[in-house]
Amino acid sequence: MTDKSKEKSTEEWKPKIIAFLCNWCSYAGADLAGVSRIQYPPNIRVVRVPCTGRINPFFIIKSLAYGWDGILVSGCHPGDCHYISGNYIARRRFAILRDLMIFLGIEPERLNFTWVSAAEGERFAKIVRKTVENVKSVGPNKIFNKKW
Amino acid sequence: MVINIIDDIEKSIRETAKKLLEEKKVDLIIGYTKGSIPLRSGPCFITDASQTDMLVWNQSCDLNLAKYLAKNDNRKIGIISKGCVGRAIVHLIVEKQLNKENITIIGIPCEGVLNRAKIMVEIGDKEIIEANIEDNKIIIKGKDFNKTLPLQDYINQLCITCHYKIPPIFDIIIGNKKPEKPPKDDFKDLNEIESKSSNDKIEYFKKELNRCIRCYACREACPMCYCSLCFIDQNKPVWFGKTADISDNFIFHMIRAFHVAGRCVSCGTCSSVCPIGIDLNFITRKLEKIVKERFDFESGINLAAPPPMGTHKFDDKQEFMIEED
Ligand code: SF4
Ligand code: SF4
Repeated sequence: MTDKSKEKSTEEWKPKIIAFLCNWCSYAGADLAGVSRIQYPPNIRVVRVPCTGRINPFFIIKSLAYGWDGILVSGCHPGDCHYISGNYIARRRFAILRDLMIFLGIEPERLNFTWVSAAEGERFAKIVRKTVENVKSVGPNKIFNKKW
Repeated sequence: MVINIIDDIEKSIRETAKKLLEEKKVDLIIGYTKGSIPLRSGPCFITDASQTDMLVWNQSCDLNLAKYLAKNDNRKIGIISKGCVGRAIVHLIVEKQLNKENITIIGIPCEGVLNRAKIMVEIGDKEIIEANIEDNKIIIKGKDFNKTLPLQDYINQLCITCHYKIPPIFDIIIGNKKPEKPPKDDFKDLNEIESKSSNDKIEYFKKELNRCIRCYACREACPMCYCSLCFIDQNKPVWFGKTADISDNFIFHMIRAFHVAGRCVSCGTCSSVCPIGIDLNFITRKLEKIVKERFDFESGINLAAPPPMGTHKFDDKQEFMIEED
């Protein structure tokens, strides 16, 4: 019994990453990666949103406050937004939010933003690998210590 | 005629206000009046020409009076505007929160206001009984102490970097100052914090924000906070805890800053009103820098420029997007 728990504590730390994917591109891209049986690390948990413009900055901040180790936000490439301009608005929003969070001392490696289209299953897998690598490089999230 | 002396400006403010009220050009004058404690001022609302002697103008006039203008107010209002008050009015008009027709902007030149919190750090817990500003010195008299401080060391940090001493638009101007072309801002003052490691930054801000008692004075005083339901008061969903725990404080300040990004007019009012003396100026300076560098926008300067968060370009910078290797 004791041996087992000891074993567990020496196990490699696995980051928990929350991924906000837009319904029309990135979520479909993730789906394509799945049906094409492309392997990628199992560290992400996906939240499907209608559009990146739907992502309230609170989602990101609250995820960090809840102890998620990293964030991945992915939407349609510029010009491809199903709602025409949702991703442009989101891009401005994330740019400011990211700059501000970095200024306040949150590691940039935790905040990952990108574009993945519905046809880019391979790219999605690569992006997830990259995100996991980024988050691993900064270790567990200890920014907020409040117990919820 | 050029008026630079602060007492003359005060006199002209009173005269102008009196004239406007007597001629019934305005129904109400919003200006500064003496505060209840030394080195403080408050807002005053004058409807009667005989009361205009209440109006003051000095280095303790740190509030942003644009806060007291309301969207649905149909009275004709004259407002005493230093540079940042004018900027706030312009940006509120841009965001369609004010109707310019009803507002008479009485512009005054401002050379910066005091950072009272910094003085209080110097004085400690002792009580100030009297304070005067003479010859670039702050002369403070307390119960059993006297202190003289150099004025320029206690000017609000945002006033030092401010390039808009008079409002960008005005109906009347006191002091006859021509708007100068602002020099290029290099945001040098942020270098110290920006060059720290993530860990040191977060330690610094946690230490600073840990003192916050969540009185929300910073929100109440900010001219750009006009939402009828603030995220702080929302309870469906509850976005963050209402305690003064550091995690909650940190989230509160992060979101507060995010919400004023692209609108903050760098008036420094939020720092001035903080009872604890938390230096929020760094955060607002950073916002100014982000918006300037990313979107080449300065709030409250141009009536025709759309607010940066309400518009977008195809080729906005996106260097922060991660790419596959
Ligand atoms: S955030 Fe502070 S400096 Fe900016 S407009 Fe509001 S009160 Fe003024
Ligand atoms: S005014 Fe100061 S103490 Fe009050 S909520 Fe704002 S930062 Fe906190």
